[in-house]
Amino acid sequence: MKGLAKSMWTTLAVFARKPVTRDYPTYHKPLPERDRAFPLLLWDKQIDEPFCTGCHACERACPVECMTVLMKDNPNHRSVGGNSGRRKIIDKFWIDYARCMRCNICVEVCNFDAIAMNNTWQGHELSVYDRKDLVMDLGALTSLSHGGGITEWVPVVGQANEA
Amino acid sequence: MASEMLPDEEYEVQDLLLNVGPQHPSTHGVFRMVMTVDGELVKDVVPYIGYLHRGAEKLCETMDYRQGIGFMDRTEYLAGHNAELSYVMAVEKLAGLEVPERAQWIRMILCELNRLSSHFMFMGAFGIDVGVFGTPFIYAWREREAIIDLFEEISGDRMMYAYFRPGGLAWDVPTNFVQRVKEVLVSSKTGIKDFDGLLTDNEIFRARTQGIGYISAEDAIDYGMSGPSLRGSGVPMDVRKDEPYLYYDQIKFEVPVGKNGDVFDRYICRLEEMRQSVSIIEQCLEHLQPGPIMPERMPRMLRTPPGEVYVRTEAPRGEYGVYLVSKGGNRPYRLKVRSACLSNLQPLKQMSVGQYVADAIIVLGSIDIVLSEVDR
Ligand code: SF4
Ligand code: SF4
Repeated sequence: MKGLAKSMWTTLAVFARKPVTRDYPTYHKPLPERDRAFPLLLWDKQIDEPFCTGCHACERACPVECMTVLMKDNPNHRSVGGNSGRRKIIDKFWIDYARCMRCNICVEVCNFDAIAMNNTWQGHELSVYDRKDLVMDLGALTSLSHGGGITEWVPVVGQANEA
Repeated sequence: MASEMLPDEEYEVQDLLLNVGPQHPSTHGVFRMVMTVDGELVKDVVPYIGYLHRGAEKLCETMDYRQGIGFMDRTEYLAGHNAELSYVMAVEKLAGLEVPERAQWIRMILCELNRLSSHFMFMGAFGIDVGVFGTPFIYAWREREAIIDLFEEISGDRMMYAYFRPGGLAWDVPTNFVQRVKEVLVSSKTGIKDFDGLLTDNEIFRARTQGIGYISAEDAIDYGMSGPSLRGSGVPMDVRKDEPYLYYDQIKFEVPVGKNGDVFDRYICRLEEMRQSVSIIEQCLEHLQPGPIMPERMPRMLRTPPGEVYVRTEAPRGEYGVYLVSKGGNRPYRLKVRSACLSNLQPLKQMSVGQYVADAIIVLGSIDIVLSEVDR
């Protein structure tokens, strides 16, 4: 009986503590800056085009091969009268969020800081009825950054692949 | 005819086949056992595994060393840091990489925190297995949440960290790391005390667990058990003590062992281990100095010389080993994960035969099984 009483006492003592429950759909806990949801592309606001040059580095490094990258000549390049220094630019870009395992490798290999992990709640609340709706195209991938939802690339200190 | 009673021996007596799983809350994942029961007594248990097989080992052979890290998390989803640790240590050993001191201490802290969170998970789930102890489950969630929030602040993810890299860490910990770890330790200590108060002396809990699922030390060793499940039988085997890796040789801690080899002793070992983990982390925090977290020169693409290594570490469930063969180049030629859970599962039949059906569930719970590690 003594043990049982001790158990009951523990429960009672816990009952007096502050509740820790987070009322999820109505309350969103603030996410840490490093939070990794899914990768998305960043928008160069100065020139008004994506940072991504379509160099395929991330596509080749992705362990689950969920990215598809197509590159084109930049119609906005200086040589053709535009104001961009990027000779090549991204044409089409798909990331299959259903396959991505959020390993951060694409962010680490990108030389242009063009891709970042979404650290907002939009990156977590992605439920859809059909898997194919999780294949994100260039518009969907850049929209958050274009609209100012993500302002900058979160630099990581001491990356693994510094030469 | 019908009114005449037949003598006993003319009844056909059949044992009942009872299927548990694969989708059953008490099997801790997708695991199926087919029990032969005679009334309430278990006469035979046939386990079926493989429902969670994803071929992580084979996949890693097609990937370079960095790409493999993410898959290691998924082989052991309750203790990702520990699984990654074995893998990156194997790569480091093969490539001859020197890991900076700071990275090693941080690794140790994270692995011990992961042990805490994994054992909290055990305490919670075990309470449910034992009976109507639903309360510890919620308590466990509370403490585990605090640890996982910390992991999220450090690595960015709550379960699939992908934070360790061959050579060190992906990035440094946040500046308030030490203070945050201390906060988490305070809540963990409260949690451990709560569990102690709730379960250890509880008469009902003791009646359900003492003398159940006995396995002798000799048998446990023969089956290749490891971790708290082996220590519960009184074998003081702990890779951290026997073959110190990281800086475990500079840290003072004890290896708790049980006496009776029953379910209760395995529980007590884990509870005591959590206290030890807290003290290990506190000692590690004192050693933590600023410094680099990656070696000075790291190649862009890590290549290893030909060779083979076996590295083992003490994960929450026992010895987590990685056997890595390289024929040169940037990917493993062969990768084999020695999972503690698979070996711990072997004596399931021996431990449950002769027990009641309800006790067989407790026996399964007491070896703290994670099916992703069994099937990989
Ligand atoms: S995101 Fe970066 S690595 Fe990937 S294609 Fe664009 S520029 Fe290249
Ligand atoms: S996070 Fe990993 S899995 Fe996802 S797209 Fe990037 S490299 Fe591929």
